[in-house]
Formats: sequence, C-alpha cells, structure tokens
Amino acid sequence: MTRPTSSATSPPFSQVPNAQGRFGDFGGRFVPETLTQALEQLVEQYAAARQDPQFQAELDELLRDYVGRPSPLYFASRLTEQCGGAEIWLKREDLNHTGAHKINNTLGQALLTRRMGKQRVIAETGAGQHGVATATACAKFGFECVVYMGEEDIRRQAPNVSSMRLLGAEVRPVTSGSRTLRDATNEALRDWMASVGHTHYILGSVVGPHPFPQIVRDFQSVIGSETRAQTLARWGRLPDLVVACVGGGSNAAGMFYPLIDDDVELIGVEAGGAGSEPGQHAAPLNFGRPGVLHGSYSYVMQDDDGQTCDVHSISAGLDYPGIGPEHSYWKDSGRVQYLQCPDIDALRAFDALVRCEGILPALESSHAVAKAMTLAAQRPPEEKIVVCLSGRGDKDSLEISRLREKMMP
Amino acid sequence: MSSIDETFQQLRAAGRKAFIPFITAGDPDLAMTAALIATLAKNGASLIEIGVPYSDPVADGPIIQASYTRALNSGVKLSAILNTTRAAAAKIKTPLISMISYAIVLRHGLEKYVADAQESGLSGAIVPDLPLEESAALADICQKADFSLIQLVTPTTPRERAVKIAENSTGFLYYVSIAGITGERAALPERLLEEVSWLREQTPLPVCIGFGISQSEHVRLLAPVADGLIVGSAIVRRAAEAQNRPREEVLREVGAFTAELVSALG
Repeated sequence: MTRPTSSATSPPFSQVPNAQGRFGDFGGRFVPETLTQALEQLVEQYAAARQDPQFQAELDELLRDYVGRPSPLYFASRLTEQCGGAEIWLKREDLNHTGAHKINNTLGQALLTRRMGKQRVIAETGAGQHGVATATACAKFGFECVVYMGEEDIRRQAPNVSSMRLLGAEVRPVTSGSRTLRDATNEALRDWMASVGHTHYILGSVVGPHPFPQIVRDFQSVIGSETRAQTLARWGRLPDLVVACVGGGSNAAGMFYPLIDDDVELIGVEAGGAGSEPGQHAAPLNFGRPGVLHGSYSYVMQDDDGQTCDVHSISAGLDYPGIGPEHSYWKDSGRVQYLQCPDIDALRAFDALVRCEGILPALESSHAVAKAMTLAAQRPPEEKIVVCLSGRGDKDSLEISRLREKMMP
Repeated sequence: MSSIDETFQQLRAAGRKAFIPFITAGDPDLAMTAALIATLAKNGASLIEIGVPYSDPVADGPIIQASYTRALNSGVKLSAILNTTRAAAAKIKTPLISMISYAIVLRHGLEKYVADAQESGLSGAIVPDLPLEESAALADICQKADFSLIQLVTPTTPRERAVKIAENSTGFLYYVSIAGITGERAALPERLLEEVSWLREQTPLPVCIGFGISQSEHVRLLAPVADGLIVGSAIVRRAAEAQNRPREEVLREVGAFTAELVSALG
C-alpha cells in the first residue's frame, strides 16, 4: 500500500506549522486581542526553550524519574489471539505517573510557566486526566492551580475531581452550555483574558490558538519517538499500523508526528457515540466541516449559522466538538485516516482488554483498542499494530458499571 | 465614506462625543430588539452595536454570555437578525454595527456576510476574535464595500502594535479599557486615561472606549479623553428585565438610562 508522501514541491508533513501557526489551511490564531501578547510571549519563550539544552535536559530527567518514561511497549498476546490476525501491541501511556499521557505536556508547560516567571496556572479538563496532570505539575513546581471542569464531567469523573483537590488545585465547576469540555475551555479562556499578566494557561490538547497546537504536539511527541525507537530495537522495523483515539487529539498527535514522514499507516479514532445524527457523536473529522472554534480553524461540529453543536460521547475526554488543526491537515492531505467507534464498541473493547490482559483502559483509549481489534482481525499475523493506550481506566470504573447496566442489560 | 465616518464627523463638528450602546439581538426576542433599537436611537445613541449571539463567546462576561444563551435558546438565526436590522435601520439615522464572532462570519462566507449585512442596514462590524494578523481577507472585502471593520486595542497591546492596529481599523478604533471580559466594573484602571490620550495622538480615527463602563461617573471621567464610549452589560442587564416585566416599563428604563449617560457625556 502506498501512502501519500511529500512531493518535491511540498515540504514533508513534519514541516508544519508555519510562523502563523498554520498547518496547511488549518490552525491560526482567532482570539481576542487581549490574548495576543501572551501568545506571542509563549511563541518566543518556547522557541528559546527549544534551543536551550538545559531545558530539554530538565524535561528529560522529569520524564524519566518522575513520570517513569520510557513507557513500555507491550505485546497483548491473548488479545491478539482472540482477534485472530495481526499482532496487537500497546504503548503503555496508562503506566505514566497520573495514569495518562497528559503529564508529558503539563510538565513541559510547567517548565515554560516557570521560565516566563508566572506563578498561577489555569487549565480546562474533560475526563479530568489533564486536570490531574496539571494539578500534579503545579504541586511539584509550587504554582497556584485552577482547573475548569464542566458539571457533567465532574459527575462522571468524580475520582479525578477528588485527586485534583487533594493535589491542592481549585476545581471550578462550569455550568454553562453543555457543561462539558467545550464549556470548560470557554471558561479557562475567559479567566485568561483577565489574568494573562501573571497566569499561564496550560492547554491540554493540540487545539486552541497558535502556538498551543504545536507546543502540545511537541511535548507529546515523546510517545511516538519512543515507539519508533522501541519497535526498531525490538523488531528491526517500524509498525505496519498505529492506532490512537482522537478527542482534541493530543495523544494521537504525539504518537503520529514522529512517524508522519515514514511509511507507517496511521489511524485516528473519533468518538462515534450513539449514532451518526448531529448531537449523537463527537466526530468532527467524520461528520463536521472546517470552521473556527476556540482560536483555531479546523474541522468542527457547527450548524449552518456558525453555532457550535452539542456533541456526545460516553467518554468525557472525547466529548468535544472540535479537533486539533494538525489532524485536519493530516485528514485533508490523506496522510492519516480517521475512523469512528461507537460507544458500545468502546465498552466491549474495554471488557476485552480487561479480561484478556488484565489492563483497565480509559474509556477514551478503549475507542482505539476497539478499532485496533477490528483491524487486527482483518490483517495477517505477520503485521504489527501499535495502539496508543493513552490512559488507565480506574477513573471510569463507576461510570462503566452505570453504563453497562444502561447499555448492556 | 461610511455612515459611521459621517456620524463622527458631525459629532466632531458639534464638539460632541459618541454614545454607543450594545444590545444582544434576539434577547428575549427580535421584537424587543427592534423596540430597543428605536428607544436607544430616540434617547441619543450615536451608533448602536448589535450583538449577534454566539454559542462560545470567550471575550464576554456572564451578563452578555447569559443574554446570548437566552437568544440562542429562543432559536434566533442570523437571517432573522438581519431582517430585524433592515426594518429598524429604515426608521432611524443612527448607524448600526454588528458585534459578531468570526466563527459566524466565516460560516456565512466573508463576502456574503458583508453584502448581506450592508443590505440589512448595518454599517460596520466588530469581530472580537479576529486579531490583526488574521483579518486581511475580511478587511479587504470590507474596504471595497465601504463597510467599516472596527479593530480593537487592549491594555495588553504594545504601543507599536496599537499603531499598526489603528492603521488597519476603519470607522473608529475600539479601545478595550481592561484586560478581561466584558461586564460592569466599579473602578476602571488608572492608566486608562493616559493610554487613550496617547493613542488618540497616533491616529486620525475616532477612539472609543468600551468594557466595564456602567455609570455616569465613568462617563464623565472618560468623556474628555475619548471620541465615544461603549456601554454593553449595563444596558443588556436592564433590557433582560423584559423576561419578567412589562416591556414598556423596561424600554422606558433603558431609555432613561441611555439619556442619563448621554447627558453625562456632555
């Protein structure tokens, strides 16, 4: 199979964004003027940090000794056997400190926060994984931390809420709109409008205005870089296929980006929810169209009047109407294929992984597992699939019992 | 020359300042919006800002946000808003300006939005989530149509950049008084007067101040340094009373409040 590659006339897929934060047509910076200066400062500080060997050395040390990296690449032999096809390997981001990939980004951005001389941090969170990872980094660095979280998510991700509070963060419930991740992001941006002088906004996904999509991707790229090194060392070659779930898209971006110029098939899995009608899913790359939301131009679920649509997913971390601009770029260029996985399949995949491997995946990651299981069954045993197991499912256990009664009576 | 330019020219010739109230289209319905436009014009508004409700307004405080939510819940659409402004504009001389998210403008189509808005009695637009760097395409279309694209300068804008923004703004320049979201404030920042005075020396455009202005004292304090003042939340909060009180009463109050601020403007 031949995949789209960069031609002589177009730069490699890895050479984005440009100075305006554009990934092809996507991205940019659509925010009030009040935030422009802070974003410019972030661009400068980030560029300087990247040139600074000490910054990278400190981050590497934190990732090794504090997060526990590199995360293992694990062969799911019983799951592979059950699917009866290609080998399924798991990139174990669930084993990171705080239980998900989110910590890779929050530590990087905490170092940037310190570099900018700011003492207060705000964040948005859906599943609470990014909230916990931000609260953790703030505890470690001694920053004041405020996390915005939708009321609906506070209900369904209660264990993470209590962790954030234990870590010293203030969790501010968001009661506007759909009371989920999108509304939490609005509130965080509003806070930042008034606090931008002394506060850094640690955005948790590859969304938002430039330079956030780039910064978050880069900090998460440790996932794909390790996967690359681990597969080469272990098999002497790269995987045939890599699968990751996509909400805003940070674990997928971090997994895909270091492989984007290689001959590896990449598949992102959106939340297919309960159906293909508007409001039943959270799959803008499958069902949406390009528009502006939360500061960038990207695929979005929006009505004909430009209003953001309500979306649905059983997974709070995927329950978002937008998507990172780089994913839109990869979709339109054909480099990455974006599929969707219904709620019920994610729940079944959760069960399968727990029973076959004794691993409790996050509901978010279960979407990727589900799609990988289907694809593995269709492919020959000599092919190797790597799934980004972006987080652990402990936070979901109560919600899953509730959902199981409702959906699998 | 757009009707906004003409309005400021007349104001300047008369030695007066602009009073620019903001209302949300469709809160609680478009009949009230039409009535409010007439009331504001009658009581001395120089220009009227019509807020097009948006589902995710990040620059707006709780009062305008709630107002947008009420309007959207009532099912108001852009086409209906434009029908309302068209009818209202025909009856008054006061120019109408839309405050609209780029998300909506882009979905509608840039050229189509400018053409439709102009055909519907609007003289310009403020697009609060479209900073200078992203505004070239829309600015170009607006320029050709003589439709004002009002840009914003804030307390976090460095001076050099403020000058660049002023050069690219048409109609007037919107100076945001505080780093933050819209909403009523008891006190305004100390450096405000100094910054606005400086900015007015850099540009021939009228400079109008908005965000946080809600009382006659604010108006009296700021009027000497600005060409006009914008009042949003304080008007929207009063207009929102229409949900549970007789409309005539609410319109009378909004009218009286407008007249009070206009007279404080001197």
